[in-house]
Amino acid sequence: MAQNQPERGQRGLPGGSPRYSAFALAKKAMNYHQDWQRAWRDPEPKSKYDVVIIGGGGHGLATAYYLAAVHGITNIAVIEKGWIGGGNTGRNTTIIRSNYLWDESAAIYEHSMKLWEGMTQDLNFNVMFSQRGVLTISHSEHELREMSRRVHAIRLNGIDSDILGPAEIKKFVPIINIDQSIRYPVMGGFLQKRGGTARHDAVAWGYARAGDDLGVDIIQKCEVTGLRRQGRKIVGVETSRGFIKTKKVGCVVAGHSSVVAAMAGIRLPIASRPLQALVSEPIKPILDTVIMSNAVHMYISQSDKGEMVLGAGVDKYNSYAQRGSFPVPEHMLAAAVELFPVLSRLRMLRHWGGIVDTCPDASPIISKTDIEGLYFDCGWGTGGFKATPGSGHVFADLIANDSPNKIAAPYTLDRFRSGLLIDEHGAAGVAH
Amino acid sequence: MLIIPCPYCGPRDEIEFACGGEAHIARPLAKNTITDAEFADYLFIRDNPKGVFLERWCHSAGCRRWFNVARDTVTHEIIEVYQMGSTPKKAISKTSYSSSWRRNTMAEKAAKPYKRSKSGRVK
Repeated sequence: MAQNQPERGQRGLPGGSPRYSAFALAKKAMNYHQDWQRAWRDPEPKSKYDVVIIGGGGHGLATAYYLAAVHGITNIAVIEKGWIGGGNTGRNTTIIRSNYLWDESAAIYEHSMKLWEGMTQDLNFNVMFSQRGVLTISHSEHELREMSRRVHAIRLNGIDSDILGPAEIKKFVPIINIDQSIRYPVMGGFLQKRGGTARHDAVAWGYARAGDDLGVDIIQKCEVTGLRRQGRKIVGVETSRGFIKTKKVGCVVAGHSSVVAAMAGIRLPIASRPLQALVSEPIKPILDTVIMSNAVHMYISQSDKGEMVLGAGVDKYNSYAQRGSFPVPEHMLAAAVELFPVLSRLRMLRHWGGIVDTCPDASPIISKTDIEGLYFDCGWGTGGFKATPGSGHVFADLIANDSPNKIAAPYTLDRFRSGLLIDEHGAAGVAH
Repeated sequence: MLIIPCPYCGPRDEIEFACGGEAHIARPLAKNTITDAEFADYLFIRDNPKGVFLERWCHSAGCRRWFNVARDTVTHEIIEVYQMGSTPKKAISKTSYSSSWRRNTMAEKAAKPYKRSKSGRVK
């Protein structure tokens, strides 16, 4: 699997014009950076498109880009009710990894990882992809055993993964507390060196600019109010800016998936929950990797600006409010301070929530529906950011060919009837 | 942060409670006539409305009893709290109950209505 490279599309061609480069930067500096062009147009919606993508987040924009770059379908609209990347794309903790237990998950997340590795070049947009490593720590002997099982499964799929003992962890992350007397002592961990972070806004902007350059219309401040169909066929979408005729609709709306599905009379196994994160004041570099702990529901990294970025587990009740309950970050901060005592006097600057679409098996849905021309890419739950390019790539393939490819095939909506679930709660239930 | 009015203990902080998800899901009686799709409706398919949601909560760090809550998923306002085995009383949550697709499922139609003793307990 490690040898198979994804089809990246017309490399070197798309990516926005004029191209961004160090030379362009120096040239524009002469004019005090006054005359940078718009990165993408702000078009009025046309009356008809070949494909309409609902949702201008990372996954939706990636879908539009790959439809244009790989499949040559350029008469596409991406419809976004707010502004692009203003939902979960701008609210996550930007962690990227592909160390999942099951073969199906390994296939899609590793597919995604390969696309991340070339994304900055593909899009001619610096997404600041930094393979600084993702270290998942365990706090009990049982968790350690489960972890070693997972590591072996991951390695069999050709994905890099190493087990570290407490002393090695201390060497890798000098600020961590490995004292065995604390409530949740560090007993070991596993590291994916190719994992890391990327700049989340840049991912949305990069896909938007490259897609726009290939002819994709990105229509912001345009809310979908209904799906029009004839019998079992989609004929268009009703929006706040008028009716748009189309035969294919790709729905990539994360937390609002159930709401859009209800417009078409489709029911999904999804619960929308708040997922919270927070950032601290910026400090000097103290952490050059990503640390996750599933047992204490905490993950932490340091942004290039110097802020400590922390995330927690999902709240326990359904919500569309983009804010969560206080006990969740309180619990996560308690764990963070115990593992990293150096953080105890750090002040937190911002705190927010995003609404994630959680599935019963913690795996996504990339699927056709009973209605011809209506496709769903949802259920990414707490771990959607890392999958952005892979999700968009396989979803574009599904929309273009009207049948799922090998990677997307296990993620049908039908798995909830057949019972062929992809139970990733162990790897995906908490973090990201 | 939610303050949840437990019908048995009064208003308490949400950390004392566990959320049990969607309420009023009838278990399909074990008959061979139930299809996989109908069983999937029971097991996996969930109402996920933006607005009034009928859900179950358990006062797990208090009286440990289950009850139903009608709550708005946008404002987090708790509209009403009512006992297990009963249906909502207020107009807005009543509409939410009666308009749900679950009222038309085979499982719900096959389920026997609840019987209550004089003390209010479900038999």
